[in-house]
Amino acid sequence: MSGARLQLETIGKSFRGLRAVHDVSFAVPAGAIHALIGPNGAGKTTIFNMIAGVFAPDAGCVRLDGAVISGLRPDRICDAGVGRTFQLVKPFKELSVLENVTVGALHRRRHLPDARDAAAAILSQLGLYDRRHQLAQSLTLPDRKRLEVARALATEPKLLLLDEVMAGLRPTEVDVMVGFLRELNRRTGLTILLIEHVMRAVMALAAEVVVVSYGEKIAEGTPQEVTRNQAVLDVYLGQEEL
Amino acid sequence: MTFLRRLVGDAPPRVLWSLLVLLALLLVAPAVLGKYWLSVLILVLYFAYVGQAWNILMGFAGQLSLGHALYAGLGGYIAAGLYFHYGIGPWAGLFAAIAVAGVAGAIVGYLGFRFSLAGVYFALLTIAFSEFTRVAFDHWAWAGGSAGLFLKVEPGTDLLNLRGGPLLFYYVILALAAGAFILCRVLLQSRLGRYWLAIREDAEAAQAVGVPVLRCKMMAIVISAGLTALAGVWNAFYYNNLFPETAFAMGRSIEITLAPIIGGLGTLFGPIVGAVVLTGLGEAFTDVGDMLRIPGSKQIFYGLALLIIVMYRPAGVWPWLADKLGLKDRQP
Repeated sequence: MSGARLQLETIGKSFRGLRAVHDVSFAVPAGAIHALIGPNGAGKTTIFNMIAGVFAPDAGCVRLDGAVISGLRPDRICDAGVGRTFQLVKPFKELSVLENVTVGALHRRRHLPDARDAAAAILSQLGLYDRRHQLAQSLTLPDRKRLEVARALATEPKLLLLDEVMAGLRPTEVDVMVGFLRELNRRTGLTILLIEHVMRAVMALAAEVVVVSYGEKIAEGTPQEVTRNQAVLDVYLGQEEL
Repeated sequence: MTFLRRLVGDAPPRVLWSLLVLLALLLVAPAVLGKYWLSVLILVLYFAYVGQAWNILMGFAGQLSLGHALYAGLGGYIAAGLYFHYGIGPWAGLFAAIAVAGVAGAIVGYLGFRFSLAGVYFALLTIAFSEFTRVAFDHWAWAGGSAGLFLKVEPGTDLLNLRGGPLLFYYVILALAAGAFILCRVLLQSRLGRYWLAIREDAEAAQAVGVPVLRCKMMAIVISAGLTALAGVWNAFYYNNLFPETAFAMGRSIEITLAPIIGGLGTLFGPIVGAVVLTGLGEAFTDVGDMLRIPGSKQIFYGLALLIIVMYRPAGVWPWLADKLGLKDRQP
């Protein structure tokens, strides 16, 4: 497993005339961790959905290691090497935790026992191994977030899209997740793009941050740079403290 | 033996032994059972088989079909028609029956799944297809129209043409039920089976982990329709007559769904347990109805019993029974 380079080239998307994302371009080099931040409704999840193939951009394109992936179906984009989590978690509720991750692992494995072994290994890395036989619906929210990550990782992606996986986690749990992602990135070279409101995690993980507001990119740079950027401060003023 | 081991998977060995004992009992049952009980057992096995077939689409892949009479009816008519008109026996005719029902399933499936008709809307589509096929058969001379199609009843047993008494049909439906059970078990332990469960739980999340959702749903409906067609072939040759009004009836479709719903959707034993419960209740209330001499009392009691089961065991009888028997089987 190694990382892939992600490029967004002037992508745009409108919903019934409402401009959700406009002319956004940025790149995440192979093996890097970048963050996408912005106020609620800025278009972050829309950008994720365009990368993951939930819908195609109206304008521009998305490239993975140079190849255009925008316009493909989500399962094809998963084939290409993109794993994603959902902001509103989507566990397979009536299946066990192990079975949830096994479905992901089956993506690159034909046989169920192999996939189960691979899934069990990922669950132990994320601290869910002891709960592997529980039904996914019985998990607490932080555990469901971990399950989202585990299931996406089981597909062996080259790019991992994490949509607010730290939300609802206690500070100590955030630190554990940050540690896990950093170690994963160091060990495998997996490229990671995360949408995150928890600045503690953004500061600790991201080499660079892209800030969007009202569907447009307003700043890009290291976490230190963007937190001093006046445009960013204006957007966040009175909403959240950075 | 290793195949048998694999078949029961993580379940304790006594499950395998119980199944083998059950199969042995069913094999010798006709020797001790009278005509009446044999016909009851035939009914149980028929509903277990056809329920298993329907369960693939609903219980595994999560797509509600209320028009499965379409596939049973088509299968029956094709095989019976080929035999009636051209003397082609059902063992050859069943391939045509499966093919036609499979194509019908593919058409219904493609229209429903490609255009994302979900839940009740998909169910309505399945009903519509079943209904207008009924109307078409009413006017199709080759199939006998609304006057029906009748197969000649001949004395003696002719295995090649599936002509014979209840005993023959008992063993055929027993083989079908056992085969469907094994097939479903194998499917569930395959990648396709796991993908079905994922789609049932959340199609969007499934697609995000690489599940080709449309293709998997199409596989489910085609396999389910093909298996249901076999039940139709069996049905046609067992009863020797076919009418559009009954073969494609809404009631026939509903009947197919009951055993898995009562027994436990998405489980392997659900359709079997459900078929036993349903047929048992049906027979019991027939007796009660005869005793009371009130017309319709059988249906009222039958309906009430189903209502009570669904109210108190919404997940079906089997999950509860498995729990009581100490079979905390992780696998569905």
